[in-house]
Amino acid sequence: MKHSSDDDDLWEAIADPTRRKLLDLLVTRGQATATTLTADMPVSRQAISKHLLLLQRVGLIDSRRQGREVRYEVREQRLAEATSALAEVADRWDHRLRAIKRLAEQSHAARRSTSAHSDGDRGAHEV
Amino acid sequence: MRTYTIEREIEIEAPIDVVWRTITEPELIRTWFSDVADVEARPGAVGSLTFRADTDAPNIVGITVVAADRPHRFSYRWVYPPDEVAGEANSTLVTFTLVADTDQRTRLRVVESGLDQMDLTDDEKQKFFEDHRHGWQVQGDRLRDLFGAGHASSP
Repeated sequence: MKHSSDDDDLWEAIADPTRRKLLDLLVTRGQATATTLTADMPVSRQAISKHLLLLQRVGLIDSRRQGREVRYEVREQRLAEATSALAEVADRWDHRLRAIKRLAEQSHAARRSTSAHSDGDRGAHEV
Repeated sequence: MRTYTIEREIEIEAPIDVVWRTITEPELIRTWFSDVADVEARPGAVGSLTFRADTDAPNIVGITVVAADRPHRFSYRWVYPPDEVAGEANSTLVTFTLVADTDQRTRLRVVESGLDQMDLTDDEKQKFFEDHRHGWQVQGDRLRDLFGAGHASSP
């Protein structure tokens, strides 16, 4: 089976909470410099720079020099690839919760009407 | 270390005990989750969930109950090979929290954590990405939601 170390790197990149927070900030703001990002993070500028470098290496962000500043921004397509697996997990829970809601509400309604009419136990066995 | 966490919540128009039974009783678990559920809502109980039971390749995963405080909290480790013992390296932790808003309405929250700590094999990681490569575009809200800040809307 073919295996891509590319995917490994991508996985490692988003597995780190500090880097996820950085991506979150970049998505929210569109663009940012290492300095402005440091202001919102509880880690040093050196650490931020290291994380940004890693994110750039796996292609999750791009950098652009503007005068004396380097601005970073998210590459959305690449981020979509990286997070779609996690989004899938979240989607599954949404789906399951809706199914739980449907079941619980149906069985509750069935039980109420059953006890109101007391003419059978249809639905009562469901919960 | 903080772990990767997914958090979702929904409002249900039913009493808390009805919701509790829906998420803990094997016969009911089968209607919204796995095809077969061998599980008991008792701390330490070890069981299994079977998905795709009617195919040539059923997927059987282990489940170990961590907490069962009726009717408020149900928590378990799952998705580990059924012949192994559940731990941080081979499973994720799911916690359901139930809150009675009124005696006819229940708020159900689910948190799944530990995904980033799992020792996935290369093939499994590869599969994670390949399965969903051609999905949707991540939007800002969506991403913040995924990264733990928000929770799901209910329909």
